[in-house]
Amino acid sequence: MESLNTYRAGPDDQGHFGIYGGRFVAETLMPLILELERAYDDASRDPAFAREMGYYFSQYVGRPSPLYLAQRLTAHLGGARIYFKREDLNHTGAHKVNNCIGQILLARRMGKRRIIAETGAGQHGVATATVCALFDLPCVVYMGAKDMERQAPNVFRMRMLGAEVRPVTSGSGTLKDALNEALRDWVANVEDTYYLIGTVAGPHPFPAMVRDFQAIIGEEVREQMRDAEGRLPDSLVACIGGGSNAIGLFHPFLDEKSVRMIAVEAAGEGITTGKHAASLTAGSPGVLHGNRTYLLQDGDGQIEEAHSISAGLDYPGIGPEHAWLRDVGRVEYVSATDDEAVEAFQLCTRLEGIIPALESAHAVAYVTRAAGTLPKDHSMVVCMSGRGDKDLDTMSKHIGGGP
Amino acid sequence: MTGTTRIDRRFAALRAEGRGGLVTFVTAGDPDAETALAILKGLPGAGADVIELGMPFSDPMADGPSVQASSQRALASGMTLAAVLDMVSAFRAGDDETPIVLMGYFNPIYVFGVDAFLEQARAAGVDGLIIVDLPPEENRELCLPARAADLNYIFLATPTTDDKRLPVVLEHASGFVYYVSITGITGTASALAADVGAAVERLRRHTDLPVAVGFGIRTPEQAAEMVRSADAAVVGSALVNAVAENLDDDGRPRPHLVDTVLGVVGDLARGVRGARMEGAAQ
Repeated sequence: MESLNTYRAGPDDQGHFGIYGGRFVAETLMPLILELERAYDDASRDPAFAREMGYYFSQYVGRPSPLYLAQRLTAHLGGARIYFKREDLNHTGAHKVNNCIGQILLARRMGKRRIIAETGAGQHGVATATVCALFDLPCVVYMGAKDMERQAPNVFRMRMLGAEVRPVTSGSGTLKDALNEALRDWVANVEDTYYLIGTVAGPHPFPAMVRDFQAIIGEEVREQMRDAEGRLPDSLVACIGGGSNAIGLFHPFLDEKSVRMIAVEAAGEGITTGKHAASLTAGSPGVLHGNRTYLLQDGDGQIEEAHSISAGLDYPGIGPEHAWLRDVGRVEYVSATDDEAVEAFQLCTRLEGIIPALESAHAVAYVTRAAGTLPKDHSMVVCMSGRGDKDLDTMSKHIGGGP
Repeated sequence: MTGTTRIDRRFAALRAEGRGGLVTFVTAGDPDAETALAILKGLPGAGADVIELGMPFSDPMADGPSVQASSQRALASGMTLAAVLDMVSAFRAGDDETPIVLMGYFNPIYVFGVDAFLEQARAAGVDGLIIVDLPPEENRELCLPARAADLNYIFLATPTTDDKRLPVVLEHASGFVYYVSITGITGTASALAADVGAAVERLRRHTDLPVAVGFGIRTPEQAAEMVRSADAAVVGSALVNAVAENLDDDGRPRPHLVDTVLGVVGDLARGVRGARMEGAAQ
């Protein structure tokens, strides 16, 4: 593997991380994408923008989120000391809101009057609907019809918050189709509409911008670990669908050579069954949704349906920076199956009194495999990206009607 | 290189005749390879001046429900990019004049391999490419290699492409310029003829290439209005809908499907041809 002086310099001015990323969008959107890039450049250099974000992070989201030493899980696994970065304690219950605060402030700065978003598990939809309520902007959320069924509580929450949730029935009726539909809406409403993408994917500058808004996760961890252990963590673990919580945790540490980073993809019913969402483990490079990245696709370049028990990981692509980090070998990409996630979900709930989102449970599943093999002085930070209240229906179906 | 392609020659002929052209879009393999080839072969006789052949893609982000469904039908029937090229070869065996432009999204081409695709497309008799998700910022991906392989590369200009940006879009454009008359997806809203007229005039200040107008043109009357200012009108969703409406409950083509689709093309062609003659008489 090549060794670079820095892994934090990307993307280049064309939005590329190595060969990944870029701006593969219809011409109608291109002028708007360029305007967004300028607006974000401008905002990211404006101390007033940073102050405003800081205000909402602390007073509205409840940041910093705690770094919690999971003592019983640590004892149970008998190896590495396990810390949870408690993004599940954020307002709206997941890390998604960090990005939404950043983007809604940018949308206001750009004078946009209407917000659209896509959502998989509904966490990003809820976070978007929340900030739209806060700033009194009309909000349309596209959500796969299949996801609306398995995440009914979040659909209700979005509607309570005043958002219009539009079911997407095209394709597989999941997150990728919701993204297509949101892009179609955006093309038709370019003048007044801001597309608030929920993950580190899409055309440049979205992958870099969403990463920057989520990097607060890793920045806090760095300080919190200094207080807790007086040193850097030894390893970082996060689940990965599009990859926003993972890159948010990893990015501030990318140049710290001693820090191992592991991202856990959804292996669904198992990689060999073909029913999974592990685009880095089992996909190949392609172009979708505005960027080049690893995709689940057939030999003719047609996108395949992803599968995961967790709606938030059920996406056949991955953020382009992750594609690059995989190729250069800086981050390890592994996977956990539906069953492993369900087991980790229950273990975490019983041992720690913390009900993790099924997405986050994939990260916990890796921890249960790895922690016992590591020495007791190894510190491992796991991103508890969201809470699992939304998944109780799915869980009761999966484990048969209750504990 | 003589500098002329089938597309150049066709638009030169249209100018010489003093009439506007009809560009027809159909999806390769919709509803199946055999029926789609029959439609393709019938298009020139029915009055199509330029053929856009859709390369089906699973995730057509810039297309409305009609073309989405058409893509799905084609993929379900087993259509692949290689089979699209075979269709073009089969068409070329009987028609060496009518330009064929492949239209679609980049991923199937990327996965096929750009160099192999360009070589085989040229050999099959493809004249040009329109790739919806490759703006000029990504010209290195396909546009420049395509130009080097002597294929026309057609750019989309839209209502959001302002005067400052047009030179960027047109820098490597060839064949014709495709003006997307609405901000939106295919087969939905229709633009006002007056707005399109002004937009085409604006484009002509930046380029000598012929201008075709598309998105939201369904009827012979609309097509006729468009060619009062533009060199050609593009019709897609209306043809794709005619395919959809002539399938039985199992999705198989009814006996008159091909004739019905070609009938719609004939009506559009008469509209387009009538328009400029009225214009000329004025």
